[in-house]
Amino acid sequence: MSTKLAKIEKRTAYLLILPSVLLVFSIILFPIFSNIWISFKNVELRDLRIPEPRAKKLVKSIKENPTQIKIIYKLRNSSLTQEITNVKFKDKYPNNIEPTNLDKRCQFKSNLLKCEFGNWPKKYRENLEIVFQNTKNKDISNNEIKSYKPKLTGKSQNILLNYEFTLNNFKKVIKDKAFIDLLSTTFYYTFFGTIGAIVFGILAAQMVNQKFFGRTFMRSVLLFPYVAPVVALAYTWELLLDPTSGTLNNLLINYQIIDGPINLLGQKYVTLNILGIDFKLRLALTTVIIFEIWRYFPLAFLFILARLQAVPKELYEAADVDGANPIQKFLNITLPQILAVISILFMIRFIWNFNKFEDIFLLTGGASGTRTLPINVYQQGFSIGDIGMGSAVSIVIVVFLLIFMFIYFRLLGKRADEN
Amino acid sequence: MKIKNLFTYCFISSLFLFSLICIWKILVTLQGIGLTNFNFNKLFMFGIILCAINLLIGKKLNLNIKIIILALLFSFFDYFISINLPIWYSFGIFLISLFFFNNIKNYDKNFLTKNHSSQKLFFNFLTLFGITLFSFVILFPFYMMLVTSLKTQALLLLNPLDFSINFAQGLPELFKSYFVVFKDYNFGRYMLTSTIVSLGTVIITLIFAIPAAYAVARLNFFGKNFLSTSILIIYLFPAIVLVIPLYTIFSQLGLRNSIEGLLVVYTATTLPVAIYMLQGYFKSIPKELEEAGIIDGQNWLGIIFKIILPLSLPAISSVALYVFMIAWNEFLFSLMFLDRPNSFTLSRAIQFLNVGAETPRQYLMAGSVVVTLPILIIFVYFEKYLVSGLTAGSVKG
Repeated sequence: MSTKLAKIEKRTAYLLILPSVLLVFSIILFPIFSNIWISFKNVELRDLRIPEPRAKKLVKSIKENPTQIKIIYKLRNSSLTQEITNVKFKDKYPNNIEPTNLDKRCQFKSNLLKCEFGNWPKKYRENLEIVFQNTKNKDISNNEIKSYKPKLTGKSQNILLNYEFTLNNFKKVIKDKAFIDLLSTTFYYTFFGTIGAIVFGILAAQMVNQKFFGRTFMRSVLLFPYVAPVVALAYTWELLLDPTSGTLNNLLINYQIIDGPINLLGQKYVTLNILGIDFKLRLALTTVIIFEIWRYFPLAFLFILARLQAVPKELYEAADVDGANPIQKFLNITLPQILAVISILFMIRFIWNFNKFEDIFLLTGGASGTRTLPINVYQQGFSIGDIGMGSAVSIVIVVFLLIFMFIYFRLLGKRADEN
Repeated sequence: MKIKNLFTYCFISSLFLFSLICIWKILVTLQGIGLTNFNFNKLFMFGIILCAINLLIGKKLNLNIKIIILALLFSFFDYFISINLPIWYSFGIFLISLFFFNNIKNYDKNFLTKNHSSQKLFFNFLTLFGITLFSFVILFPFYMMLVTSLKTQALLLLNPLDFSINFAQGLPELFKSYFVVFKDYNFGRYMLTSTIVSLGTVIITLIFAIPAAYAVARLNFFGKNFLSTSILIIYLFPAIVLVIPLYTIFSQLGLRNSIEGLLVVYTATTLPVAIYMLQGYFKSIPKELEEAGIIDGQNWLGIIFKIILPLSLPAISSVALYVFMIAWNEFLFSLMFLDRPNSFTLSRAIQFLNVGAETPRQYLMAGSVVVTLPILIIFVYFEKYLVSGLTAGSVKG
């Protein structure tokens, strides 16, 4: 009896999860695997359109003889890169009409014009002319003939489904001189964006964890940058930072803090002089990182605040009795308590910042030294139009991602062991 | 020790007062008033003097009278060193200094002799300073988005620091950008598309996720542990690695430029987190309730609908709100899949506006307000649910 119940339970469970599993499999897992397939192929954006045979029908009346009519079919292969095999053609005609001259490839039977064109190579074009005669010597009306549209069928090879593979994409990715630069930019962006968000998250959480007027309101406000749509925020920042008419530059010039406008999003390097030594700072990248911190510190804040509120008050009271000062209290009580949250937060944010696309794309489009791996996927795949290359870069991202995930789950496992 | 404490106290306090004044001055400058100097030296020195006086008076005077006198002194001083400024500016200075002195009114000479007084003071101010600065830094772009949408490009180019709102021109003229955005740029349609896509995603995700989450939380089956781990792993895969294959597949199937395609992708990407969040909540519902249901002759569907769903409404609302937010804000897939203006979502439409040559910035900002406002209103109104959704789902973002 119990085994029967267990069987029913099992079957119900599979039934309940099946739709979700199927959907996630087809939209998430299958694409990840097809990335591998595509990355070994030489596919371009224009190859994606499936080649099809096309015909444009022109109808021309013959003035000397209104009982005759001339039809021109402009035939072509829509693809510039692939051939179409076994092209078949079909068109319908009104009653009492017959062709006077017929191509060898065609047949006319019971008002139907049928042709078999065989194979069309890429870029194939042909004009097929046929003159028709009314069998009862009456005038032919153009309109009726125009109302029928020719139908064409043909077979073409889908470039995505053939078995030609190449290693060129990966060779290009790794040999690219900019690859090291690309990686370093990505890590620089990810690392500083993550650290900054966590530091500001800790500061904000420390503040909001105290009692003051308008605390709940403050908590909502702190989450605004994370909740609002990235498109709106990125364009607002772009306007604020604009070198000529942006508010920030104009304010700084107005208060004589700087002499001339600074192109915060368009300038790759800026030279800073600190203690007589010149430093080269990557300006646009730094600006993008600041935007990143501004947008994502609320999340760190939310996590850390939740943890802070769970810290027992007795710990602080005991510290007060011992005469600890605020800095000691923070270092010896607060920090150890939130360290676990911070490490997990760091890993998760690191993974996500590593894959961040929208923010940089909207702010700079990857120009002036802000090109990261995800931006490169887009540029290879859609700006340059090399789908295979874009996939190869995606694979590079996935490999890094798997390494990070491995570390992350090890970390989670360790935490679970400790508790 | 006492002298050092006195010095730190005065220095920190005055610096804090000055930064508050700076924020006010920046906001005033943005009203087109020709303010070109922060007067750092004078204001800072005078602030130090006033803080010292505050300490010396201590509690000898009624505290309310003390702070009003100090604030008035400070405002008059500021009024005399900066010429030709409107009265509301000085009134603002007065209110700010009132707020400031209200915060330090309780300090007197005895405070300085206490343990760690300078550190305590420092942290006290750091909190206040932090709150003000954080609010300013966060709200400033939102404020600029709003006021830019109410100006015109010509006026902004004339004086890039004048964001004053001219109410005299009448409401239709003031909100002209919004009329233009809805009428000429078709934002009504985009808003409808965005709403349909977001609501659709929420509904389909819930329909798929609730049964699956229930199975993972309650039923025993082979591969359950594997499934719950893979939910998390799948969730960590970013959209950018899905984009190229999905683009190729969707192009060949003719699913691009269709709302259905977008719905499928959004649902699939939010499904793992929805299942993850819901199963956690379902596990917390006492099993006895379901057993009672089984005794009453309910089948699995009945149990889900009559027992689980009513009990987990809070969790379902937070999942729904979170999914709605993700779908409403989503940008990458809408950029990839939509290239015909009649199928745009709001985010995509704004990006299209920006790429389009020379769209006046007030229209761009009006569009940004249109896409931001609904989500912020929903957030503030349902904050409790959304925050719990954010905390549970925030591994992604």
